[in-house]
Amino acid sequence: MNSQRIHAVDITARNLKANARLSLKDQQLRNNMRSAMDSLISKRIISMPDEDERENLRELGNKVRASALSQLPDLLELLEANLTKQDIQVHWASSTEEANAIVLDIAKARNATQVIKGKSMVSEEMGMNEHLTEHGIEALESDMGEYIIQLDNEKPTHIIMPAIHKNAEQVGRLFEHRLALPYTNDVDSLIQSARGILREKFFHADIGISGVNFAVAETGTLLLVENEGNGRMSTTVPPVHIAVTGIEKVVANLQDTVPLLSLLTRSALGQGITTYVNMISAPRQPGELDGPEEVHLVLLDNGRSQAFADSELRQTLNCIRCGACMNHCPVYTRMGGQAYGTVYPGPIGKIISPHLLGLENTPDHPSASSLCGACGEVCPVKIPIPALLRRLREENVKSPSQQPQIMDGQGSRYSSKERLLWKGWQYFNSVPLLYKTGTFMATRFAGLTPKNLGPWTQHHSAPKAAARSLHELAKAHLEKKS
Amino acid sequence: MSDQFYNAAPQETLIAPPRKSAREYPASPPNNVYLFGTCVVDLFFPQAGMDAIHLLEREGIRVDFPQGQSCCGQPAYTSGYTEQARAVARSQLKLFANDWPVVVTSGSCAGMFREHYADLFKDEPDTLLQIQNLAARTYELAEFLLHVCKVQLADHGAPTQVALHTSCSARREMNTHLHARALLGQLSQVERVEHDHESECCGFGGTFSIRMPDISGAMVADKTQSLLASGAQQVVSADCGCLMNINGAFEKQNIPLLGQHLASFLWQRTQVKQEPRV
Repeated sequence: MNSQRIHAVDITARNLKANARLSLKDQQLRNNMRSAMDSLISKRIISMPDEDERENLRELGNKVRASALSQLPDLLELLEANLTKQDIQVHWASSTEEANAIVLDIAKARNATQVIKGKSMVSEEMGMNEHLTEHGIEALESDMGEYIIQLDNEKPTHIIMPAIHKNAEQVGRLFEHRLALPYTNDVDSLIQSARGILREKFFHADIGISGVNFAVAETGTLLLVENEGNGRMSTTVPPVHIAVTGIEKVVANLQDTVPLLSLLTRSALGQGITTYVNMISAPRQPGELDGPEEVHLVLLDNGRSQAFADSELRQTLNCIRCGACMNHCPVYTRMGGQAYGTVYPGPIGKIISPHLLGLENTPDHPSASSLCGACGEVCPVKIPIPALLRRLREENVKSPSQQPQIMDGQGSRYSSKERLLWKGWQYFNSVPLLYKTGTFMATRFAGLTPKNLGPWTQHHSAPKAAARSLHELAKAHLEKKS
Repeated sequence: MSDQFYNAAPQETLIAPPRKSAREYPASPPNNVYLFGTCVVDLFFPQAGMDAIHLLEREGIRVDFPQGQSCCGQPAYTSGYTEQARAVARSQLKLFANDWPVVVTSGSCAGMFREHYADLFKDEPDTLLQIQNLAARTYELAEFLLHVCKVQLADHGAPTQVALHTSCSARREMNTHLHARALLGQLSQVERVEHDHESECCGFGGTFSIRMPDISGAMVADKTQSLLASGAQQVVSADCGCLMNINGAFEKQNIPLLGQHLASFLWQRTQVKQEPRV
């Protein structure tokens, strides 16, 4: 399984707990995240106020995605055939290394030195910027949030709003230091300054890179939504356009994109529709005045087929990358996106990253949730995120050698000691005599409860058992009555 | 390239189950019920279990407390130890032989019976039938008092303001927040005050609070602060997992508030005179 996949691990993914400890202490981050997420939560619900309508749309979104996944192999082949007919070159990559090699080959064939990028999480997944830079090609982000974090040498904190953890003052200071602009915290002036710089770059770029929101098989259409216009610029101004996307983004036909678009923009930003909806179906045709000479699509697997192979885990691939699960997550809101150490943070990141990187590289991700269910409740395509987190926990504590092997890194948290403990818990709770003896001791010796109970007493006083258990009180009471 | 998918049984793609329609309740209360007290109540909040019994008996219902009960299996289930959870669930299934309603003093444990036992036994058709039967007659206490007993509570307590915390699984699986609000609403001297981010998780999450103490601690610190800021004199919840978390944090932070189980709160306020309890 995925033998060709070589893990491109951001080492911090293994340190989720330590990362979280640090970011939880960053009060500025906590405040920025809380106010941003609160605002996104209220915008979403304002944009979908009618519960029935909202829930019907979510059910439709789920069915459309499930239908696409149920015919995924056929749809991918149809997509390839139709795009090829329309002169869009299709490339398949099973790993991020393969995807980077494809992009680099295209760049070399054009003697490219400058690449301008629209927003693409798959390019983040590939580490494309670093790869191109290593080969002497400048890769510049043109999405405002991406541009800000690239200036600050950071990774995106959110899949839709990469710089949402920064406030206007912080961006003003960053522009002052990195771009030598006079300090301002006026958002409009900051955006205008950056746009001026970027506009120049678009004209000199050899290649434009973008992601894809939906790849439509029947018509061979790459659909891309955005609000800043940089997506349209990236895909039309440079002579070459390379779109990169995951293999799960394919849908059957244009009708299917309608409910998905309605859900995507409302769930993400509370918007009825984005400012730009780009539909790309061919390179520049003879007689046309603009558009790229070449268009490429790179379809990336990178662990997705592993999720696809299991019917429960397959639901992970329903995701349309709206970020609503992050916006509503009490864990994400407190620790921010970067502490996850993975390209995709938050609830969806916790269920997709183990497939991309292996459970051994994301051992704490499935556990970093109280399973409160806020994510599953808002997911526009009804991914049962809490149930999948629980399932990944199960895979995570399995014996590494247990067959069948469902996931790379299965059993990364396997501990014979912990298993024994749960085995003990099982006997305690399924053999009434053991349970009664145990609770009898706990109630009679409650005074002996140690003050220090490890992780629990970091934030709580030690709990003290009552003097008599409910078993005893109820028994006495009911006997007295009868 | 796409060949590898053909072996992956595309027909097995799952569609989300349809939305549940509103639960239908029996026209009149039963003569007998089972009480499932839950392990946390058993050891740490037994009075809440007794007060639940008092409330049910006042409605003329005979309460049976099966002595073989322990835990619903949730801690192991949510920790990924499915086999161990299944073994404990199996031992609990035997306890409710008569066709009486099972009333649970915690929404998340009731939700475990109703929503998750079917997943635990998905490969055992015979057990599944038994579970469907159990699920159909499982009620969270507030839900049972409100919709099955149709209680009318008369408030004999002094005027007070309370904040209500609802466990996340109780809220999402059992609508406990609505039932608890309706019961509190019957008390004439009780004003329910909202607290900031009321629907947000308190950070307990079973073993999550032990595995991820920093994240869980940050969550419960925010929860206790917002409960304090609400100005409520009392905190009430229908889930003792949350209460253990919130009360432990109150005490650690020396906040002079203490969460109480809804059953105890309701029982204490609705007695004409203080009868000896137990």
